[in-house]
Amino acid sequence: MEQREIICTTCPMGCHVTVTMEDGKILDVKGNTCPRGDAYARQEVTDPRRVITTTIGLTDGNVLPVKSDNAVSKNRIPEFMQKIHHVAVKPPVQIGDVLIPDIDGEGNNIVATQNATA
Amino acid sequence: MTKVDLVVIGGGPAGMGAAVAAYDAGVRDILVLERDVRLGGILEQCIHNGFGLHRFNEQLTGPEYAWRFEKELHARNIAYRLNTMVLDITEDKVVTAMNSEEGVFQIQAGAVILAMGCRERPRGALNTPGARPAGIYTAGTAQRYINIMGYMPGKKVVILGSGDIGLIMARRMTWEGAEVKMVLELMPYSGGLTRNIVQCLQDNNIPLLLSHTIVDIHGKDRVTGVTIAEVDENRRPKMETAQEVECDTILLSVGLLPENELTKKANVPLDRLTNGAYVDQRRMTEIPGIFACGNVLHVHDLVDYVNEEADIAGQGAAQYLKDGAEDTAKITVKPGNGVRYTLPQRISAVEKTTVFFRVTDVHKAVKVNVKNDEGTVLLSRRRPRVAPGEMETVVLTEKILAENVGKTISVELEEV
Ligand SMILES: Cc1cc2nc3c(=O)[nH]c(=O)nc-3n(C[C@H](O)[C@H](O)[C@H](O)COP(=O)(O)OP(=O)(O)OC[C@H]3O[C@@H](n4cnc5c(N)ncnc54)[C@H](O)[C@@H]3O)c2cc1C
Ligand code: SF4
Repeated sequence: MEQREIICTTCPMGCHVTVTMEDGKILDVKGNTCPRGDAYARQEVTDPRRVITTTIGLTDGNVLPVKSDNAVSKNRIPEFMQKIHHVAVKPPVQIGDVLIPDIDGEGNNIVATQNATA
Repeated sequence: MTKVDLVVIGGGPAGMGAAVAAYDAGVRDILVLERDVRLGGILEQCIHNGFGLHRFNEQLTGPEYAWRFEKELHARNIAYRLNTMVLDITEDKVVTAMNSEEGVFQIQAGAVILAMGCRERPRGALNTPGARPAGIYTAGTAQRYINIMGYMPGKKVVILGSGDIGLIMARRMTWEGAEVKMVLELMPYSGGLTRNIVQCLQDNNIPLLLSHTIVDIHGKDRVTGVTIAEVDENRRPKMETAQEVECDTILLSVGLLPENELTKKANVPLDRLTNGAYVDQRRMTEIPGIFACGNVLHVHDLVDYVNEEADIAGQGAAQYLKDGAEDTAKITVKPGNGVRYTLPQRISAVEKTTVFFRVTDVHKAVKVNVKNDEGTVLLSRRRPRVAPGEMETVVLTEKILAENVGKTISVELEEV
């Protein structure tokens, strides 16, 4: 049996939630004040996800802020950062433009979060 | 001299929000003055997400949040000038500004909204002896280098101060390939949001050392390392705990200060507790017709609160331009036990008022009590957790205010 301590970040309470697991199966979730903490802790121990925010290079030498349009696998973030570093985008760019489609093979895109004029 | 009904100084979220709110309350002759090359203020360099949860029910990045307001400005055809630095304001609301096209020019404003934001405490805050080699930056400067200029300031990083900007930069630099060795915090608790401690530090296995500080910096031309030590209850370093850490970069995230040079020029009285102006519930300063909102007034951690305040100030300025500023009541608001400051500090009319406040320490399960100077408890609210890093609010109803005209009201904590 294995226990993992997860701090719920869903609201500022920051409850410490303890998840008891065996062979990858969740046996028990304790310490959460509300049901959102239960759902959060289950997601964290099975498939933690984060939105990436970073910058991408433009062909004019500037950088432009971007994000993943959904949360992507936390453990694969270094791989995604590599991909983003190897791209240079030609302006103009509009907020929301897809700059790298389907970065993770699960349909999540890297999109612009700022405008860039040509 | 050119006349303008409302001049807004600063085009960050506070300035843009206030201009939009004033327009919607009927003011048409508005001018926003911004010294930077674009609108958006500090949000343009805050490329991480988490902005706008309260206001838009979405997790926007800083530039996306700013863009929403810029569009609102455009939709109303509100005038703004970029690359324009405001140099002076007088008590009579004469604004002196400068840009390369018009040189130095003056405007007679009917009302002024101060929205100049804040700046970081400079590195003088770092009380260490010895030389000052290159490689020491405030966290906000590093943020600007990386996110706007695309330049990485270092490879092996130690961060002093666990405020949100320091935490965000720990993750940002890790993702960009740097090794962030540790975050040191002088206090026994972090001033940052829990969410940031988890997602920026724990996610990347970066240790947070509470009650620790930097006691020495090594390196002649460039930083080569630091000596760190634990501190005692009086925040004095325990030298027997000293240890050396190799690094080429130090980021300081030791707090923000409202940028009030202009405010002082207009002789607007400042509150030593907030480092911003004394204001009433409309966010009017002690000088009639001069208003303030956003980080210039008190440091906000959530931009949503900045815009809530900008709405109040914009509407306040509109009302002032229409009806003038007769006070119809006088109630003083003060911090009591366990509370560092309250805002507004003064209430000048009987109208429902949200009082923002910050506590001095972390508490689990407390009561927030609002009392008058006779000791009568006017309001009592339970809070499961309060922390200095998170702004709290209480709402004073018209009924409570009507019964306490002429009195002093204090907000305090009570252990339960
Ligand atoms: C480095 C840094 C990082 C931050 N990161 C975060 C974060 O991650 N999340 C968060 O919620 N909050 C963050 N904040 C807090 C953030 O500042 C507020 O949420 C919000 O942006 C404040 O809005 P504002 O309009 O009051 O100030 P600002 O955004 O600072 O805007 C003030 C504007 O006034 C302009 N100005 C100042 N003086 C003059 C003058 N004399 N003439 C003309 N223009 C002038 C400035 O150029 C600027 O554009 C950060 C603050 C700083 C300093
Ligand atoms: S468990 Fe519920 S109350 Fe606790 S932090 Fe998570 S969302 Fe907040």
